[in-house]
Amino acid sequence: MMSVNFLAAVAHVAVPDAVTFAVAAVVVVLGAIGVVATKSPIHGALCLVGTLIGVAVLFLEEQADFLAAVQVIVYAGAIVVLFLFVMMLMGVDREESFKDDPMKVQRVVGIIVGACVLAGVLILANVQWVTGAHSANAPLTGRVSNVNDLANSVFTVYLLPFEATAALLITAVVGAVLLARRRSVVPLVGMTESPEVPPGSPEVSPTELPGDDGGSVAEVAPGGEDKDQNEVVSQ
Amino acid sequence: MTLADFIIDLVRVVVAFGFLLVSVMLLIWFERKVISDMQNRIGPNRAGPFGILQTLADGIKLFFKEDLVPERSDRVVFKLAPYLAIVPALLSFVIIPVGGTVHIAHHAIQLQVADPPMGILFLLAMSGISVYSLMLAGWSSGSKYPLLGSVRASAQMVSYEAALSLSIAAVVLVTGGLTTSSIVGSQVAHPTHWLPSWNIVRLGVIPFVVFLIASTAEINRPPFDLVEGEQELVGGFHTEYSSLRFALFFLAEFMNTITMSAVAVTLFLGGPDGPIPHSGTHYLGPKWIWPIIWFGAKVTAFLFFQVWLRATLPRLRYDQLMNLGWKILIPVSLAWLLIVGAMKLKLSWGIAAIVASLVLGVGMVRALAVGKRDAAISERG
Repeated sequence: MMSVNFLAAVAHVAVPDAVTFAVAAVVVVLGAIGVVATKSPIHGALCLVGTLIGVAVLFLEEQADFLAAVQVIVYAGAIVVLFLFVMMLMGVDREESFKDDPMKVQRVVGIIVGACVLAGVLILANVQWVTGAHSANAPLTGRVSNVNDLANSVFTVYLLPFEATAALLITAVVGAVLLARRRSVVPLVGMTESPEVPPGSPEVSPTELPGDDGGSVAEVAPGGEDKDQNEVVSQ
Repeated sequence: MTLADFIIDLVRVVVAFGFLLVSVMLLIWFERKVISDMQNRIGPNRAGPFGILQTLADGIKLFFKEDLVPERSDRVVFKLAPYLAIVPALLSFVIIPVGGTVHIAHHAIQLQVADPPMGILFLLAMSGISVYSLMLAGWSSGSKYPLLGSVRASAQMVSYEAALSLSIAAVVLVTGGLTTSSIVGSQVAHPTHWLPSWNIVRLGVIPFVVFLIASTAEINRPPFDLVEGEQELVGGFHTEYSSLRFALFFLAEFMNTITMSAVAVTLFLGGPDGPIPHSGTHYLGPKWIWPIIWFGAKVTAFLFFQVWLRATLPRLRYDQLMNLGWKILIPVSLAWLLIVGAMKLKLSWGIAAIVASLVLGVGMVRALAVGKRDAAISERG
């Protein structure tokens, strides 16, 4: 009789629909401009959060609830938090001037690449020979919620690509951990100076903070010594 | 959406908002009273009967205090942070089903502000957003201790969100749906066997315990309140805050406590379900009131438990916190999720999953021991 579903109810009605879209679109665009235009990287990251949440609202309006939730949980709730975390810990939150650009050429390249991406998106929105499937620009009809649909396709038809993606991600994480740890113990080829970590800076790198309990997971260097890391490196 | 529906939605939002504010007021009073009882003190006893208006008095005092913004702060972010704390705290309560259905003038009104299809994921999204308030408050204050507090906070909350999500995933798995109404609905059984159908029994107690610990860490309640550890960090992330902005942080913290207790009741203790006192079709009193009473009683019990924890347990050390989160809670809840899934498939698969988890667990414990030993050896030189 009446919809309990306040959020979805908004999406059903014509007028709030346009209003929601307009507000979300403005938030998305302003956030995107803010990311490149603000001087402080922290403000830029915050603008990025605004954009991500705006996109989540747009997803919600298309009744892609799961996607909207995951967008906020994963991107806003984890990835940008890590950006901020690294910025705060490494102290790279100083303001950058828009004027003195070390690479003048990157602006021109950026504009060209941006135009190409925009053109690509506009083309892809209207054709389907690339993906081989019609784009779904209407609510899914009949049956259950799109969470169930998504789960069905991910865990039945596309199980192998899904698992392969998971394996790829875990490989990337393991690789990153390995590289970050190796560098502090054994000097890389051609690198004689102590990399990254100057003696005065905090000993922890952001990659090893979560789960680190003060060295119990430290790997043993070939020489059996990883106590005084800076010394080992500068040998 | 008709006008009547709109009015109903509006009333629900306003009632939920008022209810949260009032219960925060009562909770702060309750916490101070219970702790003082446990410590053999009297506690607040001046404002109102039994000092029940003490929180109101404190709120008014905070309201009239001077609002300071530190010289070296990032002004915009400094002013934004308290709102980032309060908004998710208010919003996450909307998905809680407080009672059953009430019929007023031919309208069936569900006692729940919203029941979005994403359901319980909404809670995770909101707790993801609330990380920002702590981080930004600490960073924008422009001084050392708040920054340290906020770095701790972000690491802690991101770590424990994983364990929290995994324990919620077990509930979602056994329910077969994400919405809180379906989670509650799947736990309702015949009035005479109300307990066995609750998720705390259906899932085994493990996910409940994991959820309890992870949610306490997620809302920075003691014993996981390293974020504002007084001995080390002065006041943590809110050291530089005063007046109304400080009050907003305080309010958000207690709102989160209430919401997390309500979510625990919803996920594991059947929400508004309970042994309704009735004989045949004759209920004692109006039919709709019992679910609300059961819900309120369970949430109050949980809140008492939270206060009890605060009065009893000392604060964890940072490395203990991270060890607990990453080496115990996450592996245990992952293994339990696997076992629940396998049990749902077939008993033999379930037993296989238990054996596999035991083997993997022993392997992990051994690996951790070896790592610790090698670290000790290399430390000695």
